Amino acid sequence: MKRRQHGYWWYLLPIGIGFTAVVAVPFAANVVLSFFRWKGGIAPLHWNGLGNYSDLLHDANFWLSFRNSVFMIIAIVVIPTGAGILLAATLVDYLGKRFGPRAASFLRATYYLPQILPIAVAGFIWSWILDPGSGSINTFLRSVGVSDPPDWLGSPDLALYSVMLMLVWLQLGYPLVIFMAALSRVDPELYEAAALDGAGWWRQFGAITLPTVRPEIFIVVLTATVAALKVFAPILILTGGGPEGSTLVPSYYAYRNFFELSQVGYGSTIATVMAVVIFGVAAVLLGWQRRAERRA
Amino acid sequence: MSMLAAGNRRRPLTWVVLVVAGLIALVMSSPFLLMVLNAFKTGDDYSSHGPIAWPRSFSLDAFSNYLSLVDFPVALWNSVLISTVVAFGGVALSLLSAYPIGVGRIRGSGPILAVLLLSTMLPHEALIYPLFYGAQATHTFNTVWSVVIVFVVLQGAFGTYLLASVMGTVPKEILEAAAIDGAGRWQILWRIVLPILRPTLSVLVVFFFIWTWNEFYIPVVLLADQSSQTVPIALSTLRGQHSIDITVLNAGSLLSLLPTLVFFLIFQRTLNRGVTAGAVK
Repeated sequence: MKRRQHGYWWYLLPIGIGFTAVVAVPFAANVVLSFFRWKGGIAPLHWNGLGNYSDLLHDANFWLSFRNSVFMIIAIVVIPTGAGILLAATLVDYLGKRFGPRAASFLRATYYLPQILPIAVAGFIWSWILDPGSGSINTFLRSVGVSDPPDWLGSPDLALYSVMLMLVWLQLGYPLVIFMAALSRVDPELYEAAALDGAGWWRQFGAITLPTVRPEIFIVVLTATVAALKVFAPILILTGGGPEGSTLVPSYYAYRNFFELSQVGYGSTIATVMAVVIFGVAAVLLGWQRRAERRA
Repeated sequence: MSMLAAGNRRRPLTWVVLVVAGLIALVMSSPFLLMVLNAFKTGDDYSSHGPIAWPRSFSLDAFSNYLSLVDFPVALWNSVLISTVVAFGGVALSLLSAYPIGVGRIRGSGPILAVLLLSTMLPHEALIYPLFYGAQATHTFNTVWSVVIVFVVLQGAFGTYLLASVMGTVPKEILEAAAIDGAGRWQILWRIVLPILRPTLSVLVVFFFIWTWNEFYIPVVLLADQSSQTVPIALSTLRGQHSIDITVLNAGSLLSLLPTLVFFLIFQRTLNRGVTAGAVK
């Protein structure tokens, strides 16, 4: 038995080497760099102890970037998950039954389309649509008589909400498709029995739909929250963190320190803290799931 | 009204719901429609009539312009090469590493899976600078191979996590019967586990391909040179140049998403079956 177990380890050799080279060593190097002041390249490394971390605590930009992460969570987790579950139930159990499953799958495909788009393309389209001068939204607003339409991405009060709008659009298809697949597990007779007992659509939604998709809700919330804490490309492409830092997020702040400000040590510190926050949030969510499963 | 009365399941409210769902679909697809609308305009037409007007004439100028500004065949080849090698390489790596965990149930399986799951959550920011250096040290910087190696491992970590639990559902009796017939471990993997898992593996290939195709952060850092850029990166570097005509960028966007769209449509059935595979990422 022991020898049989031994022979299995060979199969782990490739991922062992790959994981070490691509994940373990780079991440360890990143953590080590977070204790140094370093401009990158051939510049000398200066030991800084926990200096970068204490700088971070007093860095208003850093706190701002995490505050904006909360808005990213609203746009990527809260709104799409809530809307996704309602839309999924509507498509499967309301429209699907009355207009046929083909109508439902056509609508699903349309909602899912943004998910297969390269982010570089999605970012370009939205920065163009939201453009204050030649963007479609403002062209439309002007054609209906709005004389001074807003500068969607250029105004510090608005930019964050404009980015959120794009993220909701981008994200909606993901929970929808997962919830629709989950709802195919429900026995249709269950809904019929509930209807015979006089339960309306909302009552059925609460009593049958929600409990059915609970495992998928956990998966969607976990994965989408991690994605929201990591969001990068939409910010780089749409706003570059501006105007006036109003759309700064941690990943973009780290990127800027690495590749624009040549503060590699400080960038590594931000990236390390990000990793710790993500692991912490994931651990909390997984613990919550485990407790909920035990209660069920 | 007679129609509503005849099918009493389609009450007026039903039509309202359908119209609302249709409007949402219109909003969701409007960026695509705008992109198609403007990709076939001439630059003059766009600047004089704006983005929401119908094209005065059907023109392919924007496309030929884009193709003259960007070496699209090279970018396309880079993207196809990277995504294909990562899709198949990543699935092969996942299959190999999930086998001792899902079927062999070796000691330490739990911690190994936990570490792999954590690595799928790790922000790429926390890897990028050392990877940037590593790529330069190994002379893979500015070559497709740096990105291939990184994503085979990252997608492979995710795939291992997924496949290990799927392999756990392979009936023990089949594996034992094969072992009694004298099949070695390698033969069991190749002749029994692989065929049983084929549907899941094909879903993974599709997902890995699309994810890698669309990937942005690591390619934008590791592929600085035009000769090694992928399709989306080529588009985004062009965007940085202000003088570029919007219609040209629309044409470029359309070209950049067509390959994944085609791939998606071909494999839509597989995707329906495997949405839960994507769910875990």
